[in-house]
Amino acid sequence: MKSFLVKFIEFISSLKLTLFCLSAALLLVFAGTLAQVRYGIDIVQERYFQSLFIWWPPVETGAFRIPVFPGGHLIGGLLLANLIAAHVRRFRWGWKKAGIQLTHGGLIIMLAGGLLTDLFSVESFMRIQEGETKRYSESFLERELAVIDTSDPSLDRVVAIPEDRLEPGRLISHESLPFRIVVKDYLVNSELKMIAPSDTESKPASSRGSGARILLTKQSRATGMKDRDTRSAVVELIAGPDAADGAGLLGTWLVSDALAQPQTVEVGGKVWTLTLRAKRYYKPFSLTLHEFTHERYPGTQIPKDFSSEVTLNDEDTGESREALIYMNHPLRYGGETFYQAGFERTEDVTVLQVVRNPSFVAPYIGCVVVGVGLLLQFGMHLVGFAGRRKALSKT
Amino acid sequence: MKRWIPWLVGLVVILWIAGTVRPPKASAEGYDTPAFGRLPVLSGGRIQPIDTVARNSLRILSGKQVVRTGDGKLDATRWLAEVFFDSSQAAKRTIFKIDNPEVLGLFGWKQEQRKYFSYAELFPFLQAIEDQGQSAAEVEAAHRSPYQTGVLNLRNGLILYQRLADCLRPAELEDFAAEVDRYAEVLPIGLAAMSARASGKEYDEEAMRSFSGLVNRFEVLGKANHVMPVPPPNGDGEWMSLGAALLATAKDGVADPIVRGYAAAGDAMHAGNPEAFNQAVAKLGEATLARVPEAKSRAGFEGGFNTIQPFYVSMGLCVLAFLVACASWMSDAAAPQLRRGAFGTLLVALLIMSFGLIARMYLQGRPPVTNLYSSAIFIGWGTAVIGLLLEKIFKDGIGTACAGMVGFITLIIAHHLAANGDTLEMLQAVLDTNIWLATHVVVITMGYCAMFLAGMLAIIYVIRGRFSRNFDKATAAGLQRMVYGVICFATLFSFVGTVLGGIWADQSWGRFWGWDPKENGALLIVLWCTLILHARWGGFIKVRGLMIMTIFGNVITAFSWFGVNMLGIGLHSYGFMNKAFPWLIAFMASQLLLMAIAMPTLEKWRGLKQS
Repeated sequence: MKSFLVKFIEFISSLKLTLFCLSAALLLVFAGTLAQVRYGIDIVQERYFQSLFIWWPPVETGAFRIPVFPGGHLIGGLLLANLIAAHVRRFRWGWKKAGIQLTHGGLIIMLAGGLLTDLFSVESFMRIQEGETKRYSESFLERELAVIDTSDPSLDRVVAIPEDRLEPGRLISHESLPFRIVVKDYLVNSELKMIAPSDTESKPASSRGSGARILLTKQSRATGMKDRDTRSAVVELIAGPDAADGAGLLGTWLVSDALAQPQTVEVGGKVWTLTLRAKRYYKPFSLTLHEFTHERYPGTQIPKDFSSEVTLNDEDTGESREALIYMNHPLRYGGETFYQAGFERTEDVTVLQVVRNPSFVAPYIGCVVVGVGLLLQFGMHLVGFAGRRKALSKT
Repeated sequence: MKRWIPWLVGLVVILWIAGTVRPPKASAEGYDTPAFGRLPVLSGGRIQPIDTVARNSLRILSGKQVVRTGDGKLDATRWLAEVFFDSSQAAKRTIFKIDNPEVLGLFGWKQEQRKYFSYAELFPFLQAIEDQGQSAAEVEAAHRSPYQTGVLNLRNGLILYQRLADCLRPAELEDFAAEVDRYAEVLPIGLAAMSARASGKEYDEEAMRSFSGLVNRFEVLGKANHVMPVPPPNGDGEWMSLGAALLATAKDGVADPIVRGYAAAGDAMHAGNPEAFNQAVAKLGEATLARVPEAKSRAGFEGGFNTIQPFYVSMGLCVLAFLVACASWMSDAAAPQLRRGAFGTLLVALLIMSFGLIARMYLQGRPPVTNLYSSAIFIGWGTAVIGLLLEKIFKDGIGTACAGMVGFITLIIAHHLAANGDTLEMLQAVLDTNIWLATHVVVITMGYCAMFLAGMLAIIYVIRGRFSRNFDKATAAGLQRMVYGVICFATLFSFVGTVLGGIWADQSWGRFWGWDPKENGALLIVLWCTLILHARWGGFIKVRGLMIMTIFGNVITAFSWFGVNMLGIGLHSYGFMNKAFPWLIAFMASQLLLMAIAMPTLEKWRGLKQS
């Protein structure tokens, strides 16, 4: 009788598991492609490819969900384990096997690199107007609640509260804030409507600020190619050390992507502003945009080229230089890569995609190794085959 | 008798080529439209002969390359010349194809015998079409109803027509050339009057008025830049629209001879005078040749390319190769001769396709695959190459037959894709990198070739294995090896192509893999090939399983190549194709049927039992 461990090793390195993983991957990729029509790429990535399971709620709005299919991380992880186990168990050195060994070794590098990228890479964007200097990039999806002390005209003191802390019911305090914040509500997608003066039925979103005249309603997640979620939060501010008796309640405020104006509150003679904004990633260097150029083919609207002329300025290292960022020619600096991603309609604002991906070399190495492996393997087949044909025709 | 077979096949090939390639002739009235068609203009961002503008515009509007009139036919260039210069006549030509009954209902018309309508017929409904088209344009392409697509196409067609009609001649003039001369004449007086007025002195009011009237008219003409016929005066610089070039006269006081030439040619056709037209066109040819010799000769070459229609010619040859190769399996006696005939036919088709591909590369200055149209052509070409190689090795007619069939189908697809407009169109900025177009796109398309070829080989195995009587063991074994080998080839190319695509994406968007539909499609092919190979190596499938899985590879490849573009989402969606959707479904259904045919165990296969 085999021990459990031996059985497990046999299973994890078996060809059957490989075939299962490949078939499951095939179905997952196919379903994930079709699902993009309905849900959009962001939601599909999150649910299908960057998950352990695909969860299906029998009731559309209910919290009860059943795992119906393995997700991308589970299949990828299993395939990786299967590859490594099979490699270790069956590895024999020899020219005949070199092609196969290389192919699978390269695949291990690519899969592992892909998993690391999924876990550790950060994508953000940088929006710069001509003449403007920026030292931070912004997240596409994540927000933060910024509480800013504007009393000093030369310097803003900012307390930024990340989105995942904005759970309804949570109490947030910070040493540099003279008040505490209670999250009343947080909506991933919402709609804001002005309440007409004649309308006495609708309940305003908050007691203070712009929200006092706004009706806030929850919306389902945006799914279209160009649609974006409108995030909103309602927060209550409490001044003073103890709020048990209800004293020190300053009221509630609405903050939202859809509110252009920052909300203000005066506490202890100082004015603070509240905004819900894209999460910022500050850099130890700055970029200044000199000129954005958008060329079209003559007589048409077909874009020919986009480019941004920028100056990179790093006070720490003293490096200061000009750079031209254009299609297929990004700027790499400080572990990050800046790509020409887009522009705004007025054509004086450039949008750069900023990517920090520590494992970006893995696919490059992996694909070379796999490519060489496949060439070797099929090449040997072909040479062997041709040799046999020749021998056959001579006889 | 047998000896004559290759010659007979050769004769059919020659007759087919001679029948399809007809040099263009002057129109029935005597207009030298071939010479007019070879004049270079700037349109859609590239320099092309008027002949190409004409063919593409007509294909967009009516899906054809000729216009049927009551008593004959007009070729595309003759028709476009009429649109340019003789708008009242052109408005009577029935060129707008409307096949959606609901669109016809918009005008209160019933769907009857005819599908083609004239501008004059549609003229009273322009506003209604514009309104309906506008609201259809706001709906995402994937969600448009057939009516919305139909009315939007009609609106876009009408806009194209009007832009063509407006760009070379103001419709209301009788004598445009005289107007051009008058403009050059009054220019100094007008300018003097203008500066006099600006400095508050007395000025010639009459000269001023007639001058500014002309300027206003030419400014309208200057904005019509769909076709820009005036090359830069000293060879480099920008091409200009007719009106813009006319206004630029202000700088040197002499009307540009090319502007004058187009005005004269237009007047001649407007007045129905072929001789004067031919003279003006001949002068225009000389003037453009002197100014931009390279562009002129390239446009001339493209005109010739249009006439030869290399891909249409090879389409017929592919069918012929397929049929002759199939015939070689029916008759044991004449098999070698028939095989040789089929091989030769496919070789000629390959040479003609190669010429077409190289010509396109020369005209565009790009690697062979730049859009869906050229990918279809390239698949036809690539399959012919692999098919001929297989035939060279195995000598059983199968490689030729498969490549002929795949080539025919992909060229048909290309033929229909051409109806979307200029197949040599300029590339979007992100694609503007020859190195990636030459590597990623070409390699991935070779992967598609191999997949379709393997699928076709498997189909032949199944059909002959199940139904024919002379499918001997050696052929079966050879065919099986072919399928396996081509699948290996497909794996290699699909994998390398996919990864190269990832690297390109990493270079231009900052991520190696983004789960974009087209990327996923490529991944599906790689996964499927890997699955086939591992299932075979592990002994989970044998011959029958290999064939069934390989045929299903056709379904996956069709989805990856075409299907994902129909989803209307993602970074690679270069145009949504409603019309192709039923065909794609039909193709996939046919493959599933073939798989079902292959399902019974091998003992029940007639062809294998015989041997």
